[in-house]
Amino acid sequence: MSDVQEAVAAVESDGPTAPAPLLSLRGVSKSFGPVRALTKVDLDVPAGQVTALAGDNGAGKSTLIKTVSGLWEPDEGDILWDGRHVRMHGPRDAEALGITTIYQDLALCDNLDIVQNMFLGHERLRRGLLDEGSMERSARETLESLHVTTVRSVRQQVGSLSGGQRQSVAVAKAVMSRSRLLIMDEPTAALGVAQTTMVLELITRLARQGIGVIVISHNLNDVFEVADRIAVLYLGGLVAVVPKEEFDRASIVEYMTTGTLERQPGRETGGTPANAGGRN
Amino acid sequence: MLKGGGSEEKSGLAVDSRGHEVGSPEEQPPAVATSSLEVVGSLREYANSLGSRLKSGETGILPVLGALVVIAIIFQIETSKYLSGGDIVNILAYASIYVMFGMAETFALLLSEIDLSIASVGFVGAMVMTEIMTYPNNWPWWVAVLIAMGVCTVIGIIQGTIITRLRIPSFVVTLAGFLGWYGFLIFITDIDRSALGGVLEIPSSNAIWGMVSKQMSPAAGWIVMAVAVAAFGVYTWGRDARRRSQRLSAPPRSITALVIAGVAAVGVLLVIVCNFNRGTAIQPEKGMPYFVPVVVVIVVAWTILCGRTRFGRYIYAIGANPEAARRAGVNVARVRTAGFAMCSLTACFAGILYASREGSMSITVTVGSFTLLGVAAAVIGGTSLFGGKGKPGYAVIGGITVAAMYWGLYLLAISADGTDMAIAVLLVAAAAVDTVIRRRRSTSAV
Repeated sequence: MSDVQEAVAAVESDGPTAPAPLLSLRGVSKSFGPVRALTKVDLDVPAGQVTALAGDNGAGKSTLIKTVSGLWEPDEGDILWDGRHVRMHGPRDAEALGITTIYQDLALCDNLDIVQNMFLGHERLRRGLLDEGSMERSARETLESLHVTTVRSVRQQVGSLSGGQRQSVAVAKAVMSRSRLLIMDEPTAALGVAQTTMVLELITRLARQGIGVIVISHNLNDVFEVADRIAVLYLGGLVAVVPKEEFDRASIVEYMTTGTLERQPGRETGGTPANAGGRN
Repeated sequence: MLKGGGSEEKSGLAVDSRGHEVGSPEEQPPAVATSSLEVVGSLREYANSLGSRLKSGETGILPVLGALVVIAIIFQIETSKYLSGGDIVNILAYASIYVMFGMAETFALLLSEIDLSIASVGFVGAMVMTEIMTYPNNWPWWVAVLIAMGVCTVIGIIQGTIITRLRIPSFVVTLAGFLGWYGFLIFITDIDRSALGGVLEIPSSNAIWGMVSKQMSPAAGWIVMAVAVAAFGVYTWGRDARRRSQRLSAPPRSITALVIAGVAAVGVLLVIVCNFNRGTAIQPEKGMPYFVPVVVVIVVAWTILCGRTRFGRYIYAIGANPEAARRAGVNVARVRTAGFAMCSLTACFAGILYASREGSMSITVTVGSFTLLGVAAAVIGGTSLFGGKGKPGYAVIGGITVAAMYWGLYLLAISADGTDMAIAVLLVAAAAVDTVIRRRRSTSAV
């Protein structure tokens, strides 16, 4: 472990701190029985940037996003939202704050159309009945703001959409509910090349709209394509958080597999706040 | 018959529509300037998208409509008097019971569950109603109906709670209910000393007796139909025109006109059929029986409930993906329980229609066959056994198809065993269509 800690200490940022990050984790730990899934993780997620979460299987990526999305409460440590301490007792609390998680299965209903899916659980009513007109307008505006124009009609059943389009609907749903932090679990895992490009462009556009995005991906190509910052988890600890430009593929793989970096590529944190944790 | 059924479903829509939306100039003109997403398509685009929907398996009621036409043609050729006016009204009276049981089952099927207790629960409701409004109680009929509805709803809530909270499969709970509530039916009938042999007659002066056996005058039938169709037409045209002007997705004008014309045609045919003389020359019996508008109103109400309310939307969502519904914040257990309550309540209406048709309630009622015919009406109508696909209105077509089969086989003097086997084949065929469509969908949607 001492290697890891050294590496972590080396990456620690001393650059100027930008406005309070959207989400900050401070010393967050989580155990399941004797298994330590997360060890004192410190992580800042700024708005308007894409933070990629990398790590091998079992490194704690899932535990981390489930903690942030309110599914599990951390055993130790603090979660700060807009610089304020928050405690989340369930996914509803996270959603109320503006944190939306899109899991791989997307949680869409194939038998409902795009509008119905985007408003599921938040339907607008007019005189006690569903206000389809207003919902359709909003859904279309949101989709257009994200440049999602490949769907034939917003009244198309989601079951008839391609994987990338379904992903877009899930994203648009989150955007429409005014999410400020979007967590995406393997958004491109099941997609072909063209679809992947489309989703990655969508993610970039989201960040440009000022939304904070956390992306989990096994695919390093995608990570480098879309991320502004890359955070690497190793055995439950955060070993590096660095702007993408300062990483190369080899060093990421090394971090992911060994938790440390033997060779030290020239690294200087610019204006971007890059925090690292894991100190004891 | 085919036409009659369609009208029940569609002209009904009209009645509802009058209430809201019609003539209420909505908000402002379109805020969205231009849209890159398809909005108002031309007729050709509409036909194209319809075609691709059909290809991907969203066939709706088309297969059963085809089957119904084939059945009607075959029986007409075989018996020559199959499509005679007077008898069709009698078939509709039977069909209305299947339709109502089918709509009850639709709630369970949409949730991806099944309810095998519909007939037992419905007949408990009918018996409760009959006990209350006949000697020695003699309460007003509407009080009896309300109490029966309450009893059935409570039964549905009990079953739904057991299913959702204890997580016992609905198949098992409602199978127990099938047996248990039939026992309960005999139990409450035995308490009543006046129910000789377990039979309670409904006096012909009672409104429930008159629902199936009495009819409005032919002129009144025309007026009711015209008002309903006009209301449907005004509402539909107004809604589509407004949606087009606001650049929301809507069918082209010609399609809207076609739908309205179709509903009008079906309504006219229904009234013509109802106004045939079913009695004798000396004692004529013609006009629309009162159960027809009653059924139409319930179909319309349930169509709105399923299509235009949150409760309905959540039923579809849960039927397709309960996890997605849960994550969207839907109280899944509560909606499912309410679904079973709606199922039992609708079964109560079916039981009341049965009591009205028979003019009595008896403990010898064939619970088993009505249960299965209810499921058959829903599935034959096109409601999926796999959840999330179907509509209450589909049960109208399904119920009429079942009744049409029965009537044709009866005219051919086929015995009861043969009839049952034929209906069984029809049910399996409908389920096969459902399964094949589903498989095609799952492969085409990659």
